[in-house]
This record gives sequence, structure tokens and C-alpha cells, in this order.
Amino acid sequence: MEAVYLTFVFVLAIFLGFELISKVPSILHTPLMSGSNAISGITLIGALASLQTDHHGFTAFLGTLAVIFATINVVGGYAVTNRMLEMFKKKDEGGAK
Amino acid sequence: MNATMIGINFAYVVSAALFIFGLKMLSSPATARRGNLVSALGMLLAIVVTLLAQGLDYKWIILGMAVGTVIGLVAAYRVEMTAMPEMVALFNGFGGIASLLLAWSEYHQYPDMSTFIAIVAFLSAFIGGVTFTGSMVAYGKLAGRINSKAILFKGQHLLNAAILLLAIAAAALFSMHPDSGGGYALFLLIIVLALTFGVTSTIPIGGADMPVVISLLNSYSGLAACAAGFVISNNILIVAGALVGASGIILTNIMCKAMNRSLANVLFSGFGAVTQAAGGGAEQGEIRPATAEDVYYILEAADSVVFVPGYGLAVAQAQHVLRELGDLLEENGTEVSYAIHPVAGRMPGHMNVLLAEANVPYDQLVEMDDINPRMDSVDVCVVIGANDVVNPAALEDESSPIYGMPIIETFRAKTVIVLKRSMNPGFAGIQNALFFRPNTRMFFGDAKASLQALITEFKGGD
Repeated sequence: MEAVYLTFVFVLAIFLGFELISKVPSILHTPLMSGSNAISGITLIGALASLQTDHHGFTAFLGTLAVIFATINVVGGYAVTNRMLEMFKKKDEGGAK
Repeated sequence: MNATMIGINFAYVVSAALFIFGLKMLSSPATARRGNLVSALGMLLAIVVTLLAQGLDYKWIILGMAVGTVIGLVAAYRVEMTAMPEMVALFNGFGGIASLLLAWSEYHQYPDMSTFIAIVAFLSAFIGGVTFTGSMVAYGKLAGRINSKAILFKGQHLLNAAILLLAIAAAALFSMHPDSGGGYALFLLIIVLALTFGVTSTIPIGGADMPVVISLLNSYSGLAACAAGFVISNNILIVAGALVGASGIILTNIMCKAMNRSLANVLFSGFGAVTQAAGGGAEQGEIRPATAEDVYYILEAADSVVFVPGYGLAVAQAQHVLRELGDLLEENGTEVSYAIHPVAGRMPGHMNVLLAEANVPYDQLVEMDDINPRMDSVDVCVVIGANDVVNPAALEDESSPIYGMPIIETFRAKTVIVLKRSMNPGFAGIQNALFFRPNTRMFFGDAKASLQALITEFKGGD
């Protein structure tokens, strides 16, 4: 039953994603990509939850590696997106060089 | 489910809502930056509440997050804007490998999975692995570390199909008996196959098609996270992964349309390798070269000027000089805008970022579909470092390989000035009919030097 419920959530989220993303103008497609990339680092949540005190050895090793990679993805992704979006200015704000 | 777990899951709902709001705010440049922060806040909330769960081993968590944060921040603040596609490819790959590792660790800890969980564990590991090596190849090609040409060899499709079939067969056996000794061997085999498939399926794609590949890999990294969410029954992974998956698919589709190719054609044909010799090189005619002075008089007299930049502009590092020229024209009372083709640059929207970096205000950046209807009223179009995306053959010449590709219809402007190094054709190897039009003037030379010469003319002319 849980499989059905999770699939339900998945299908609705896909439709929502299509609706949301198709409204993003092409000017912002690069930030959209790096921003959504950061969101895909959500695997971090799973990796964090997998690092439990009763797991040892190889499991802990795999979990820690997953945390490292996912954190790079999340932190780097949001930081670089913010850096890009900072540069998008309107005419009246953009005058100062 | 105890009280803490319920609390954590409610917080995940809030995180998901923040992601959705964040993406919604990306629909306008005015709110985009706040949108990104809202999305980051959602991520922070999800991380913090996850850490509240009982029985976590904090020493590994702190170590992992500290290492990841340092690497991520350094990379994000040091990268050049022109190198953004490489950076995104790299981050993508890391997201993919994280999903693979998570599925592996989960399987290692609980090998007695149900068939359903085993199937999604396979998907998470397989898609994650393909994303990882595929992104690494894309990174290598974009950064020039490996040959960016399409690398083709005999039986390539056969090899890829064989790997895929083998992986599916291994997955079927694996999901029936995941807790047997053979199950573990199969899982390892699946990982190896995924990593190999990432390489063999990306290596035949040429450098010019990389925007499509990055978009597609972006989608994969989301789907891998999604599959990992199924493995650990976690809604937030499923929702966030699905949003990213959808985003990548839409961008892939937009890129393919703008390049006038089907996805299958990009993935399997190795466009960059075979130069389309059949391109109508026959349509020659007289070209009209112009000097800096001629161009200056044309621009000086114009009421409206539209710049059409291509990636050649970024290669010449001329975006700052271009903005300076744009400013001078504006002071002169000319209406200035920048028309950007969807495939300009090396990833979707790349050119916009490069111009924004050069302080071009975003209200002057115009999309192809907005500029084309009013092209007839434009006095001067200045094409810089763009070629195929302004070639009228795409509309008129049915025998042209780019026929049907949407273009910026510069030829309908009163005057077109093309800044170009020489008469060499573009990456598709097609002669550009625009150059021979009666209203076109060719201004030869390095883009940056040519623009600099125009600025000098303007400053001297006042």
C-alpha cells in the first residue's frame, strides 16, 4: 500500500513540476538549472538519516561519502545560483559600475 | 511512528512548499533571487529537522557536511561565469553519485528488501551511476579536458543496448532475491554497468550538443533522488526529485526544439563528428565589407539597434566592451536591446548570465519570440559571434540541414551588420545566406577589437 501512496505523491509532483517550470522565462534558464540542481541534492536528507549510531563500518563509510557529495551539490548549487541572480539587475539599479 | 517522526514529516511538508514557492518566484528576474533563498531555506529546514531524529551518528555527519560545505562554497565562488556549464555538470554528477551511495548503503544495511524496494534501489543506483559518469564526461568535454568532438566507434549502439539489457536482466534477478549472496554480486554488477553506461552513452555526443546533455543529466539527477526517496520511503526526496526531473525534461525539450533536432537524434547520431558536407555552400553572392567608420555612421544614425550575441562573443571575452558600446548608443538616444537565441551559449540561458555579468540590465534582454514579430521596425541588427541561429536558410532553403530551426530573423531588419573573424562557416558547416543579402554589411575582425574600434569612433566623433 505504501508503494501506491508514494507513487501517488510522485505523479502529482511531476505534474506540479511541469506547471511551475514552464513558467520560467528563458532568460533565467541557467539559474533555474543550477537552482534545481541544488534541490536535487535533497538526497542529503536520506544520507543524513542513514548515518545511525548502530550502523558501522562499510555502511557508515558509504553514508558519509553520500553526505559529502550531496552537501557539495546543495551548498555549491545554492551559492552559485545566488551569485548569478545577484547580477540580474534592472536598468535603474544597474547604472553603477 | 512516534511524535518526533511525525513532527519531522510535517516539517518536510513545509520544506516542499518552500521549494515550490522558490521555483514559482523564478518566473521573474525581479523575484528570482529571493526565490532561490526561499528554496535554500526549505533545504535548511529539511536538514535541521532531519538532524533532530534520534540515534544519529553525529561525528560522521559533521565531518561529511563540513567537507562538502567547504568544497561547495569554494567551487561556487571561484567559478567563472563562462565555465558555468562545467560547474553545473559537476554538481549534477555529485548529486547522482550521492543517490547511488545512498541506495548502496541502504541495501548493505537491510539486504532483506521487498521486491518493490529492490527495484527502486536498482533505479536509484543505476540512474545515479549513469548521472555521475555521464556528467563527468560532459564536464571533461566542456572544460576541454577530453576531446569535445563526438567519439564514435563501430557497434556503439549495439554495445549500449547490450549494457542496458544486461543491467535490466541483472535487476530482474536481483529484485527477486536481494538478500542472497548472489544478490550482492548482482548489485555490484549493476553499479559497474551504470558507471560504464554513463560513459559509453555520453562520449558519442559532440561538444555543441552538450546543452541538451546537461539538461537531460539534470533531469536524471532529480529522478535518481526520487528513486532514493522510494527506497527509504521519504516524501520530501520524492517531491523534490520529481520537481527537478520535470525541470530537466522541459529544458531538454526546449533545447532540442531550438536546435531543430529530436532527442533521439542528439543522443544517437553524433552530430558534431560528421560535418554535413551537403550543406548548401552553393548559394554565394557578393559580400559587402564595411570599415569601423562605415559601421559607426550606420549605428550613429539608427533609432533602434538590436545586438544578437552568440557564444563567439563570450569566447572573445567581449561582453563588457559590447555593453560599453550599448551605453554609448543609449546616450546617443538610440533604443538598444539584446536578442538572445535559446541555444546561444553552452547551456540553456547561458548568454543571459554572461550579459548580466557585464551589467546589461535584464529589461534589455529580449527573447527570440518577442523580437521576431517587431524585427521589421528595427533599424540595425548587429550580429556578434552568432551564425547558424541567424541563417535565413533555416526558413527558406528546404535542402539545408538546419531547415526548420527557429532563428532570430535579423535579415528582416533594415540593415544587418555581421561582426565576424572570417568567412568560415559555423559549427554545422553551413554557408550563411545572411552574409550575401543586400542589406547585410560584413565587419571583419576579432569581435573584441572591432567593438573597441567602434567605441573609439564614437568617442572621437562627439
